[in-house]
Amino acid sequence: MLLNQFLLLAAVLFAIGVYGVIVRRNGVLVLMSIELILNAVNINLVAFGSMHNVSGQVFALFVIAVAAAEVGVGLAIVLLIYRNRRSIDFDELDELKG
Amino acid sequence: MILQVLAQIPTDGVTAPLVEESTSRLVTPRIPWSYLTPQLILFLGAVIGVALVALLPKRLPKYLSALATVVLAAGTLVSIVPLWGRVGNAREGAISAWSGAIGVDRFGLFVTALICLAVLVTALFADSYLRREGLDGPEFYLLLMTAAFGASIMAISNDLIVLFVGVEILSISSYVLTAMHARRVTSQEAGLKYLVLGGFASAVLLYGLALIYGATGSTNLLQIQVFLSERVLTSDGLLLGGLGLMMAGFGFKVGAAPFHMWTPDVYQGAPTPVSGFMASAVKTAAFAGMIRVFVVGFGSAAELWRPIVFVMAVLSLLVGSIVSVVQSNVKRMLAYSSIAHAGFILLGVHSATERGTSAALFYLASYTAMALGSFGIVALAARRGEHLQKLSDLRGFATAHPGLALAFALLLFAQSGVPLTGGFIAKLGVIGAAVDQGDWALAVVAMITAVISTFMYLRIIVSMFFVGGGDHGEEPAGFEGPPVNVSWTSMVGLGIVVVATLFLGILPGTVKHWSNQAVVEMVRDSGR
Repeated sequence: MLLNQFLLLAAVLFAIGVYGVIVRRNGVLVLMSIELILNAVNINLVAFGSMHNVSGQVFALFVIAVAAAEVGVGLAIVLLIYRNRRSIDFDELDELKG
Repeated sequence: MILQVLAQIPTDGVTAPLVEESTSRLVTPRIPWSYLTPQLILFLGAVIGVALVALLPKRLPKYLSALATVVLAAGTLVSIVPLWGRVGNAREGAISAWSGAIGVDRFGLFVTALICLAVLVTALFADSYLRREGLDGPEFYLLLMTAAFGASIMAISNDLIVLFVGVEILSISSYVLTAMHARRVTSQEAGLKYLVLGGFASAVLLYGLALIYGATGSTNLLQIQVFLSERVLTSDGLLLGGLGLMMAGFGFKVGAAPFHMWTPDVYQGAPTPVSGFMASAVKTAAFAGMIRVFVVGFGSAAELWRPIVFVMAVLSLLVGSIVSVVQSNVKRMLAYSSIAHAGFILLGVHSATERGTSAALFYLASYTAMALGSFGIVALAARRGEHLQKLSDLRGFATAHPGLALAFALLLFAQSGVPLTGGFIAKLGVIGAAVDQGDWALAVVAMITAVISTFMYLRIIVSMFFVGGGDHGEEPAGFEGPPVNVSWTSMVGLGIVVVATLFLGILPGTVKHWSNQAVVEMVRDSGR
């Protein structure tokens, strides 16, 4: 009944997150967009969990923990690059080319 | 038999329902710790290592971390031997534990053994590399071990949640390993690119996992398998969407086209031993997860995902071999060749048979040796600061270092699939598995692209052996730059991979036999 609305919300959040990853050039904003996708997944998991069993909620807890670890590492690398280059703009990262 | 569901026989008190005893007692799953020895060694090694590094005095001998890693990896390998027998015999058999969340079978053990070998050889190469670059310290080795732990968790995961946690432990460790080189901007750039694209791929994979959970009502692979074989879905939109997104996520992790964009950049920028580790252990673990989920969990829905793998295999083979030819950086060439190798392994996955699985495992075994060796030699030849990784920098390498050049040539020939090397038997296996299923088109594409990538391997060999002949046969150029220092640890590592490559090519019987035995078995949790 209500499930569809949750799934739609998650799909919209997912789409916004994907848009952010593709369009944003600022390192921190890209990381935030990835978080948005992960939270879209969490909504999905909890919504499905209410329909099936408790696994969905357990899964969502794991996702929250993993997302925190990932963004921690991500911000550390962004900081490292900022220290070296004084910029976190993705367009200026062009050392690696074929 | 790929699927082996053992019935739960309540003969003793162990398997009786635990709820009856007392409702107030917390019911916990029984955990057969002894079956998890390989994972425990890697995990405790990393955790205790972190504690020791924090507690012990600062001035530890420099070789200690590498030595500890080699010992732990070798110990893990040894611990696999008795388990291999226990899991294989008829009385005990494969087990499933933690309420069915993990399954220890020969497939998982085989993959874990490969990962441990990769850790061992990477530690041997990394020791002198890290000292040369002034990066020596325990961090690299600890991260290597956590990465190996995550990878081995993927190999034994029987549940989508466990699989995801394994993927993330492996990925987050590899992001840090990639960005490890504090003074090379390219390393940090590669780290950030890997993190953003890898995080994105993980999120896509996760979205797929959530949809699968929604469609089947379970995160357990065995229950998903039973669910799919018992029902005909009237509307399979959720399932299809989940499968597609999951395949995209796995395609990224194994580095298959069209999800390969990160591979050349990351392999080029990462510290070279890390590139070798990513090409071997990370790829192996990702393929193990892929085979567990798709070939076994979704085996009855194979007609839904096989076309996706077909397209991925063809694209990987074409992109990997054709684009590699026009590269000028040796690490980039090897990166593109790893994409082509992923395409070959996908042939084995695509056949969705037991033969295909074991061929893919054999391929992973031989590619592990070849990739580690190739990247190890590039790490030596690039010298301090890794400035000299261009193809033209290899000129005169054979006259200056004939032994290294010969080993590199052997490993490159093996990658191109020359007989008497592991690469030949491996390619034979996966192409045979594809032909077995009547996929002639795929087999033909594979063989044509093998020829194209041979041209790329020959380019490297020519620039090493025929001085000055690379460009218009001009004035013979000598080997330039500072001398290459080869430590004995690198020699040992190189020795292992060269012997392994030749052994797999000349006497493939033993490993072939093991890979045939290493089938995925899914059993119900018996509480044992």
